[in-house]
Amino acid sequence: MNPHVKFSQVGHTYTSENGQAVCALKGINFNIYKNEFIAVLGPSGCGKSTLLRLLSGLYEATMGEVSIFGTKVTEPQSNTGIVFQKPTLLPWKNILQNVVFPIQHKQGRVSSKDIESAKAMLKLVGLEEFAQHMPNQLSGGMQQRVGIARALLMDPEILIMDEPFSALDALTREEMGFELLNIWRQKPKTVLFITHSISEAVLLADRVLVLSPRPASVIGEIKIDLPRPRNIDSIKTSEFSEYTDQIRQLIYRPETQTENQESDLTPTLAEQSEGSTNA
Amino acid sequence: MHKFNLSFSQLLPSLTLLALLPIWETAVYIFEIPNFLLPAPSEIMQAFLNVEWSRWSTHLWATLRVAILGFLMSLCISIPLAVIMVRSKFLAKTIYPLLVIIQSTPVVAIAPLLIVMFGAGESPRLAITCLITFFPLVVSATTGMMSTPEELIELSKSLGASPAKEIWHIRLPYAVPHIFSGMKVAITLSIIGAVVAEFVAAEQGLGYFVQFSTSYFKIPQAFAALLFLSVLSLLLFKAVQLVQYLFFRWSLQK
Repeated sequence: MNPHVKFSQVGHTYTSENGQAVCALKGINFNIYKNEFIAVLGPSGCGKSTLLRLLSGLYEATMGEVSIFGTKVTEPQSNTGIVFQKPTLLPWKNILQNVVFPIQHKQGRVSSKDIESAKAMLKLVGLEEFAQHMPNQLSGGMQQRVGIARALLMDPEILIMDEPFSALDALTREEMGFELLNIWRQKPKTVLFITHSISEAVLLADRVLVLSPRPASVIGEIKIDLPRPRNIDSIKTSEFSEYTDQIRQLIYRPETQTENQESDLTPTLAEQSEGSTNA
Repeated sequence: MHKFNLSFSQLLPSLTLLALLPIWETAVYIFEIPNFLLPAPSEIMQAFLNVEWSRWSTHLWATLRVAILGFLMSLCISIPLAVIMVRSKFLAKTIYPLLVIIQSTPVVAIAPLLIVMFGAGESPRLAITCLITFFPLVVSATTGMMSTPEELIELSKSLGASPAKEIWHIRLPYAVPHIFSGMKVAITLSIIGAVVAEFVAAEQGLGYFVQFSTSYFKIPQAFAALLFLSVLSLLLFKAVQLVQYLFFRWSLQK
């Protein structure tokens, strides 16, 4: 089976504001197959966001090749939908208008069919009664669900999610994880989900890719064989904690797992996440 | 959120002013302040009534016209200018210093030169009003458009939308609350601009009338014109608020 998404020897170097060349990614190789849920896990500022922007075509890789359906990604694609870290809804539009915004923005006008599909998306994320509300009347979790509905509107084959639940409180975050699984079951998509939460990655994904600190490379790939549909009970199983332990070990001792990782670039996860911001 | 219904706390400023009037009146009376220094409110009122309404309305209209037209012209210049500066870093770097220079030059000092350049009539007055109001508008529009969340810009790019759509659908609406803050500053400045212009060269307008009255030593009359100007300025400010409330209610949140 041909992969939906293919990263081959992808590296990305960009020039920072003070003129220095920063190597964010190097030697990234992985495939994502149809309707597979991939979680990318790594410390903050390791280049996860760069990975996402390469796939969405916002950046072009400086080394190697990112391809979707065998075609090299050089510009934004119509077959990808993005959910951002913050919901970033338009405060002057109501929820329904926000969901339909991508179509309006792209094509300039909206048909009644588009409105119907936007309503269907809102129903899917459980917000059909809130169609006429304004964004500031919704909680953070609800706003992010609108963000998901907006990303799903044009029925993209690939859904890219950039730490979508990281701005939410812990309780809402867990709830949103289950909610996402529920949505994904009803609307299967090829998903690239970026996160820095180990348990979130294990709960959601079919495979978890663990990245090293910058320049990021894949230091481990763990297939999560937990049965689906997953729910609150999945978290309580011993397999679940075995997976999280396995990943945790990978993150804290990356030098034992990889060959191409320089040892001076491996501060602990805690140091990384406290000291740096997202690239 | 902003409401336009009247409550006691909203009436307080007016009540304070009303309470000040008798104090002012008695102070002038007790300390025998000559009316060329500070006329009593009753004298100002008298002076106000002595001038026929048609005369007032001519001056009022002349000032109002220049202020509003100048303000609108300024709006029409500054928003596109802000868009240009947001679109191009190069032009932002070249235009912005010029704007700062223009802003830091006292408009009052340029006014006579503008009269020479534009000749008599309304155009130099409009130019002066424009000059004095455009800076807060450009700055607020630029700041607003620049403060658009990066994610929305990426959303726009990921949809392959044109830069024009990015400006029109995302950046400009995002700038609306900022633009209104700028407009509230600019609209009061527009009255100042109109009055300054009238001081230099005009045959009508409230600014001209203040100057005319003082030169004939009709101080209460000058005060009456001054009062008119304050009320005018206040009403224009309220009008901007009303426009925001009626058409951009969402931008009053937070």
